[in-house]
Amino acid sequence: MKYAYFPGCSLRSTAREYDASFRAVCDKLGIELYEPKKWICCGSSFGHAFSKLLMISLPLQNLKLVEMMDLEEVVVPCASCFSRFKSAQSEVKSSPDLLEKVKKIIGKELTVDINVCHPLEIFSRTGILNETPKFIKRDISGLKVACYYGCLLTRPPKVMQFDECEYPQSMDKILQAFGIETIDWAYKTECCGAAFSLTRSDIVRKLSFEILKEAKQLGADAIAAACPLCHANLDMRQEEIEKEYGIEFKMPILYFTQLMGLGFGIPAHKLLLQKHMVSTDRILNNV
Amino acid sequence: MVVSIADNFSDFAKYLNERTGENINLCFQCKKCSSGCPVSTFMDYMPNQIIHYARLGLKEIVLKSKTIWLCAACETCTTRCPQGIDLVKVMDSLKNIADRSGIKPGDSQVSAFYHKGISNIRHFGRMYEAGLIGMLKISTGQLTGDLGLGLKMFKKGKLKLLPTFKGSRSMKNIFSRVKKAEKR
Repeated sequence: MKYAYFPGCSLRSTAREYDASFRAVCDKLGIELYEPKKWICCGSSFGHAFSKLLMISLPLQNLKLVEMMDLEEVVVPCASCFSRFKSAQSEVKSSPDLLEKVKKIIGKELTVDINVCHPLEIFSRTGILNETPKFIKRDISGLKVACYYGCLLTRPPKVMQFDECEYPQSMDKILQAFGIETIDWAYKTECCGAAFSLTRSDIVRKLSFEILKEAKQLGADAIAAACPLCHANLDMRQEEIEKEYGIEFKMPILYFTQLMGLGFGIPAHKLLLQKHMVSTDRILNNV
Repeated sequence: MVVSIADNFSDFAKYLNERTGENINLCFQCKKCSSGCPVSTFMDYMPNQIIHYARLGLKEIVLKSKTIWLCAACETCTTRCPQGIDLVKVMDSLKNIADRSGIKPGDSQVSAFYHKGISNIRHFGRMYEAGLIGMLKISTGQLTGDLGLGLKMFKKGKLKLLPTFKGSRSMKNIFSRVKKAEKR
């Protein structure tokens, strides 16, 4: 299987673990990834506030690069980029006038037929899901994990058209293939405070606290994330949250791809587990 | 099924409809948006109030509100609105109108983040996080906040000292063409 791969800005900086573990897992499963050389920021977190035309042009410029590579599908692990790509496609599909405007801006013909997919979508497809147990090299079945999807992977459903919008299942299914027990909880798609991390960290601390508290109460060993911003808020801000609320969580926050990688027997340091702020030793001692 | 409430409440409702494609006249104030909103406790007006004030044409309240800046764009309201109104699009548009009208933003830090973020990607093509954090801290005068966390991130290799400039040329072209198209 061949996919174009759009890592986005975060996977090259704050979320390097997600990039490394995703590529390592794809390698094990025989999935080939091709990265367009001149990709640009898709405008997530900022573009939407000031210019509709800009926020549509940036993702479509990247999709143009994918089209030029003669690939039909692009995989976008960052939930925020994924959301921007899908929204841009949906906007131009419903408005031919807008599509014409965007074509003038990015200067090329554009078919907008590229299928934009998330790694959760690829790994939860029946073919790969059935194959997954064959590649398992390390027993991680003793773990109890809270699958955290965040806001943007499934919402709004008419745009994203991925999984069940209020109670998604794809990550649970993938991790269950490794024998992991995934918990049934109400915070799968609750907001962590997202891009307020740098400006209104008080909001982030409150919302992320609720998520961490619920996961701990239900006995999760770790939270599995699929979004760089969710990960940053739950992992990097966890110490501050513990101080503010006087509760100790010590809750490891892993990308779901890191858990898959551990199950495939990939060494922890190659999955960059050491990059997290909250120690993941508790997980490693259990597998 | 979408229920029709009134053809049009105000010119402002009509203006928002033209800008966003969303018809806020359809709102019947069920408050589903506000009850599901994760940030509502930090807002000065509930999302349903913003929609109601906007359609009554009470622009000043709406454009000066904290609410439009504190919307986290989590899409919960948009997903749950029984009348199919995309509230996030409306909130984005209101931010944009407030910004262009020179109205003092209801939350200056959030507004600064958007401004610095946009200028960051315009210059570098891809987001240069360390630069963005630095600019933001300088502009909002909060130099020491998060300093410890920033240092930890450097140590872990999560922040790069220098930007890459990859794709910066095509980014600049897009920005200037968008600007031209929007002037027309």
